[in-house]
Amino acid sequence: MNFDFSDDQKQMRDAARKFLSEQCPPKAVRTVLDGKAAYDKELWKGLAEMGFLGVAIPEQFGGAGAGHLELCVIAEEMGRALAPVPFSSTVYLAAEAILIAGSDAQKQKWLPKIASGEAIGTLALFEGKGNPSPKAIKLTASGGTLNGVKKPVADGAIADFAVVAARTGSTGRDSDISLFLVDLKAGGVEVKSLTNVDPTRGQAELTFKNAKAEPLGATGDGWSILSQVLDRAAVLMAFEQVGGADRALEMGRDYALDRIAFGRPIGSFQAVKHMLADMYVSATLARSNCYYGAWALSTNASELPEAAAAARISATQAFQHCAKNNIQVHGGMGFTWEFDCHMYYRRANAVALGLGSLSYWEDQLIDRMRKKNAA
Amino acid sequence: MNFDDTPQEAAFRAEARAWIGANAPKQYEEELRKSSLGRTQLTGANILEVAKAWQKKKADAGWACLHWPKEYGGRGSTPIERVIWQQEEGPFGKLSGMFIIGHGMCGPTMMAFAGEEQKRKYLPPLASGEKVWCQLFSEPAGGSDVAGLRTRAEKNGDDWIINGQKIWTSGAHYSDYGILLTRTDPNVAKHKGLTMFFLDMKSPGVEVRPIKQASGQSDFNEVYFTDVKIPDSQRLGAVNDGWNVSLTTLMNERMSIGAGVSTGFPELFEFCNSLMLEDGPAIEDRGVRSKLANWAVKASGLKYTSMRAISALSKGDRPGPENSIGKLVAGSMVQDVAMYALDLQGAAGVLSGPEDAEVAGKFQAMLLRAPGTRVEGGTDEIMRNIIAERVLGLPGDIRVDKDVPFNKIPTKGRA
Ligand SMILES: Cc1cc2nc3c(=O)[nH]c(=O)nc-3n(C[C@H](O)[C@H](O)[C@H](O)COP(=O)(O)OP(=O)(O)OC[C@H]3O[C@@H](n4cnc5c(N)ncnc54)[C@H](O)[C@@H]3O)c2cc1C
Repeated sequence: MNFDFSDDQKQMRDAARKFLSEQCPPKAVRTVLDGKAAYDKELWKGLAEMGFLGVAIPEQFGGAGAGHLELCVIAEEMGRALAPVPFSSTVYLAAEAILIAGSDAQKQKWLPKIASGEAIGTLALFEGKGNPSPKAIKLTASGGTLNGVKKPVADGAIADFAVVAARTGSTGRDSDISLFLVDLKAGGVEVKSLTNVDPTRGQAELTFKNAKAEPLGATGDGWSILSQVLDRAAVLMAFEQVGGADRALEMGRDYALDRIAFGRPIGSFQAVKHMLADMYVSATLARSNCYYGAWALSTNASELPEAAAAARISATQAFQHCAKNNIQVHGGMGFTWEFDCHMYYRRANAVALGLGSLSYWEDQLIDRMRKKNAA
Repeated sequence: MNFDDTPQEAAFRAEARAWIGANAPKQYEEELRKSSLGRTQLTGANILEVAKAWQKKKADAGWACLHWPKEYGGRGSTPIERVIWQQEEGPFGKLSGMFIIGHGMCGPTMMAFAGEEQKRKYLPPLASGEKVWCQLFSEPAGGSDVAGLRTRAEKNGDDWIINGQKIWTSGAHYSDYGILLTRTDPNVAKHKGLTMFFLDMKSPGVEVRPIKQASGQSDFNEVYFTDVKIPDSQRLGAVNDGWNVSLTTLMNERMSIGAGVSTGFPELFEFCNSLMLEDGPAIEDRGVRSKLANWAVKASGLKYTSMRAISALSKGDRPGPENSIGKLVAGSMVQDVAMYALDLQGAAGVLSGPEDAEVAGKFQAMLLRAPGTRVEGGTDEIMRNIIAERVLGLPGDIRVDKDVPFNKIPTKGRA
């Protein structure tokens, strides 16, 4: 047993942290936050050059072929830096869906473009409020075209293509759902940007009107592919969340050491110390759950569904907990636009919902634990 | 990152499993499996005797105190082998409860500070469970503030004469030896005038009085010392350096991380899986599921945190203050879990007798034992201080007594 990242993987983490601290300082995040750009194009290019976009994509499809543990350490740094780029949509969702279900031709077409930063992808799943569920999918596919509306779609306004979940049957079973690949630039899709709590990662509404689409995976396999994609993305997203939680904790700690009140650093007051200790506790529990998820993801273990749900829940809680208390530690300063605290708060709360809410993953976890128990 | 056994680990596991299969006291397996925090009872048997017999059997075959050096009664195992053993020992490991303080704290302190001859004399019977040890630190005036203790040790020729009182001493009533922290100089600041000893609990002048706990059981005691004589050769560390020696003891407590602290979660999950509520199975209730999921990720988070710590240990790192997280999280969790399990039983949750209560009163016993977990071995607040100060680097609490001679420190909060 060895429950840690290898030295090479840690080196990759250091490289990613160094790169992001130079190329993605809070100022860069703010450019997107303030609406001056839809995403950080320079950073996106840089990430491609560093090989980070294709780190888990096999070499034959233009990637680095390193693996998912490597992707996990990079994800952590992306979350830490609040990178305002469509990394999660493109790499964890679109690329993973194609890797799992794509034909050779589809892989050849899209994966090299993802790795090189040429194509931004996303997953169009949700149709209004609610959690992932086959029943909630109304958008229809027939004769190679799609009709319906998807929202919110993360990074939908800047994406070049989308993996779209559509209804192809009416039996009331999971097999009613199929996946499609849609070139968003080819016409038939109206795109509208939507205001959201974290503008550093945009949300959009996509309206499909006889949009041309090609099947991704077999007809009727959509839901089973999606559950795999969501589990894999849950682990990767959880690493982003742990990175964010850690950074929020660090910011709170640093401020508590510098700010003086009543003649003492506020970090010497026990109420503040204990608040920070509790932040450390939740970030640590989440990190440990994530490591287990990373192992399950990288080995495609049968434990993955359970491990993914646990990582997702734990990391969601930790990031929200650390982000909200980071503001509290900062007092009035924490509630200003100037300070970066709110950027972590925004991200923590937006990323908590992207793959389905906390209660959805709670349900998933208990179902999976029950199944294991019964087996 | 790898969860599989290496070939050596697999061989070790197979050997351990075969030996446990052939030697464990199987007649108690079911009862031990059912026991939880607050309840380890064996019908018709004295648990101390059963525990001692199992420990001795392990020691004779070389399975006791796995990570200790062979010459002191251990096996010289790796941290991971220790974990494998614990996994394989399963419910029988609960029998080691009586030896935790000796094995986890007293033994390592002896190893660090006793003379070679003493180590060879005292450690093997400690490892084998033949001799039980206790830790005599806490006093009415010094719990969290251990250095506030008042038990005096005065030099008299080659001996020391001890007078004073200890409290909350777990297992003192069946212990053969103890490590004892005393005050040897009241005229200097409190941390600077302490000295550590070990002693025979049967020494004249030692009186042990059991205390009845809130749970109704009596696991801890008051211990009184009246002119108890301890030879200077049983001093651990230098005179007035007892604080540093005690830090070694407390640091070693963290070595017990592999043992895994009880969270109550597996018990609760099993309970909810079989419990029927008015509207159907508990496990299908939205509210129940949400609670369970929240505790599930805490329990798994703790488990994998300790695995990370063990991986670090096996690479040669020392156990650090970050390991304080285990008791902090598990302590209040087990309490909440027990409260929730009673809540799910509705009005009948109040019943605690094995015949009338659900799952033979397991959760009621857990509820009544849980408050102690948040206090013993450092309270939740002290654990948070450790994390804040030693892991996060925040300032220490303001200490008004730091540079004051011990005998000038006030002794009561309200005049
Ligand atoms: C079941 C059990 C077994 C035990 N076994 C042993 C044993 O074998 N040997 C032994 O030596 N001792 C033993 N103890 C004693 C245990 O170590 C002490 O009870 C513990 O350290 C707390 O000390 P106290 O009881 O004096 O509480 P106090 O120190 O009086 O604490 C009272 C309250 O004040 C809080 N407090 C105190 N100081 C601070 C601070 N600096 N910051 C914030 N809050 C603070 C505490 O957190 C607590 O909430 C045992 C205790 C229990 C419950």
